[in-house]
Amino acid sequence: MEDLEQFRLDVQQWLEANCPESQRQPMKPEDQYWGGRRGQFPSADAQLWFERMRDKGWTAPEWPTQFGGGGLSAQQGRLLKEEMKRINARTPVYGIGLWMLGPAVLEYGNEAQKQQHVRAIVNGETRWAQGYSEPGAGSDLASLQCKAEDQGDHFLVNGSKIWTTAADKCDWIFCLVRTDPNVKKQEGISFLLIDMDDPGVSTTPIALISGESEFCHTFFDNVKVPKENLIGELNKGWSVAKALLVHERKLMAEMGSDSPREVMVPNVAAHKYLEFDNGKIADAKLRSDLADYDMQMQAVALTHFRTFEEKAAGIRSPAPLVMKYVGTEAEKVKSELLLAIMGSSGLGWEGDAFSQLEIDTARLWAMSKAMTIAGGSSEVQLNLIAKNVLELPQP
Amino acid sequence: MALVLNEEQRLLQDTAKDFLATQAPVTALRQLRDEKDSLGYSPELWQQMAEMGWSSIILPEEYGGLDFGFLGLGVVLEEAGRTLTASPLFASAVVGASAILLGGSETQKQTLLPAVAAGTLTLALALEESHHHRPTHISTTAQRQGDDLVLNGSKCFVLDGHSADHLIVVARTKGTEDDSNGLTLVLVDRTAEGVSCQRTTLMDSRNAANIRLENVVVPASSILGEIDQGWAVLEPVLDRARVALAAEMMGSSLEAFDRTVDYLKEREQFGKVIGSFQALQHRKAHLQSEIELCRSVLLQALSVVDDAPQDLPLLASLAKTKLNELAKQVTNEAVQMHGGIGVTDALEIGFFLKRARVAMQIYGDTGYHKDRYATLCGY
Repeated sequence: MEDLEQFRLDVQQWLEANCPESQRQPMKPEDQYWGGRRGQFPSADAQLWFERMRDKGWTAPEWPTQFGGGGLSAQQGRLLKEEMKRINARTPVYGIGLWMLGPAVLEYGNEAQKQQHVRAIVNGETRWAQGYSEPGAGSDLASLQCKAEDQGDHFLVNGSKIWTTAADKCDWIFCLVRTDPNVKKQEGISFLLIDMDDPGVSTTPIALISGESEFCHTFFDNVKVPKENLIGELNKGWSVAKALLVHERKLMAEMGSDSPREVMVPNVAAHKYLEFDNGKIADAKLRSDLADYDMQMQAVALTHFRTFEEKAAGIRSPAPLVMKYVGTEAEKVKSELLLAIMGSSGLGWEGDAFSQLEIDTARLWAMSKAMTIAGGSSEVQLNLIAKNVLELPQP
Repeated sequence: MALVLNEEQRLLQDTAKDFLATQAPVTALRQLRDEKDSLGYSPELWQQMAEMGWSSIILPEEYGGLDFGFLGLGVVLEEAGRTLTASPLFASAVVGASAILLGGSETQKQTLLPAVAAGTLTLALALEESHHHRPTHISTTAQRQGDDLVLNGSKCFVLDGHSADHLIVVARTKGTEDDSNGLTLVLVDRTAEGVSCQRTTLMDSRNAANIRLENVVVPASSILGEIDQGWAVLEPVLDRARVALAAEMMGSSLEAFDRTVDYLKEREQFGKVIGSFQALQHRKAHLQSEIELCRSVLLQALSVVDDAPQDLPLLASLAKTKLNELAKQVTNEAVQMHGGIGVTDALEIGFFLKRARVAMQIYGDTGYHKDRYATLCGY
């Protein structure tokens, strides 16, 4: 414990000395740095802050030092997060390389892959896209058809991936590909890394009900991929993907709380848009709905904290398995509630007649519909809870 | 503050589970019901519970208590919820003991608490006066007469009111009806002259009574806390009671839920176990996620009683609301998923359904606590 307290003091001192003042201010989406070959720093301070953190290994604080990480224990990592949050220090670099691929390569990759890819992620040199879903394989992900044929010294990849976030800005994509069409669907899938600069890779953007989006459709047309880009064993990609989905669902559940954008808070919106009578919202139905929402969110937040405490105490519980479902469903409820509270002020789509916050709220409402679909739909989550927690037989 | 139990609390939970499963299963409640037992609980069982320290679990050591805190109490009540065990644990060792602990003078504490801790003296809170929980809506009067107080009024839904040794009566000494200012808590011997008691038979086969007070004379030293200032004691006592009851409701909801999951795995229809049907799986999985949320809320609410009482009003209303809703949904689904046998008295699921409805009304239904939560949040 004493060592931890000392560590906290060291972290405090270091952050105080090294985090520029401008990097302790609330962030807008355009202030985020995502790294990669085409990555551009939003400011000189952002670059300075990133480089200092990178040199400490603190862009990936808990990864091993031999691959450029910070080598911190889970406790130290949490403490660093706390201290950064306390002074509002910005996250120096974002990316699904840090959130998803890095952990996968560390767990399933070989030494050369770790040296190449993990180090590049820590250093912010590569920006990654995820290639899982296909137009014909959504909730039934394992039925994916994008194939990689063994051509002796390389794989030949043909097919497409959908919902590839920011693929047009990424350097690499990690894909689930079919390497054996003649076995049970989960057993013929491999986990392959593809350089997006390779000939035959192309992307087109996708517009959503919420407007323009970062999502792309990514196509592979006779793309030659070196054999050393296979992560884990051939045809064992499904287990790598399953391990990664846990990270993704955790992210989805947290996304609402970690948005850099100013968001409308229902309680605040109620005071702005609703009539009050004797200190109470005059519309009894909306008052009751708002209380329902606030209670549910408080319960979700407490459960989120509980998962951390359980992890630290080495206790296993079903709580992590329900977070994606309850978190994203609550976000959807929030968006519907905001529209109800704001009335016609919540319907603005663009232009000067509405505030930016009002327009953002309407857009987020449309976006919230995607949250219970992406990363395993709510229905898939319920299937998983039925199977893994309740141990009910398969339908 | 903790959202996980420590080793000591987990051990206590195991002990409680083993003891109650063997000594006080649901069949014990059925027996009390069928025999129309006059007390409504087993004094021998209560004595055993007292010997294990459960009756003194939240009391400080100086009054003979175990001083295990509300998280400790929570695990015992949760297990007692699983077995629907009838005992004075809630009304006396939680509600009554809290009132004396928070409101009593040093003399009152030293006189009463060791006996409450030992289980030899039982208490009941005489609060409600109508069919809905309105804790400030009090018209029972306590009038000064020299060195005495004279009480008049009617109370209903007094938990353990027919069996407790002492009643803690919420009376009005000042102000108009529905004014939180002017309430006074008064200790009254249940056998005192002018106290009449009508035991009521509720659907849950547990104990509640209607109490009439007609010119009941008690010495002024029977006042708990300060005259007219009873609300300052009553409100935190009620919040502790709500959190404790939420723990019991967690246990009974979990038991009804678990029994239903087991049934889904064995009952066959159309040549398959019915638990393989997605229509049932999704409903159960949804309830599982609500159980996880309720678990976190409950642990936080139990924690703040001891560690952050300033947060207690909000957490108590949150916990009671969430557990009210969980208990209602889980027991309704338990009956539905058991099918025909679910509506028979032979199956114990009905006992859980009925207890849930009573517990949902105790110290505030969902509407009451949602309104309170909204007010505390500033809308």
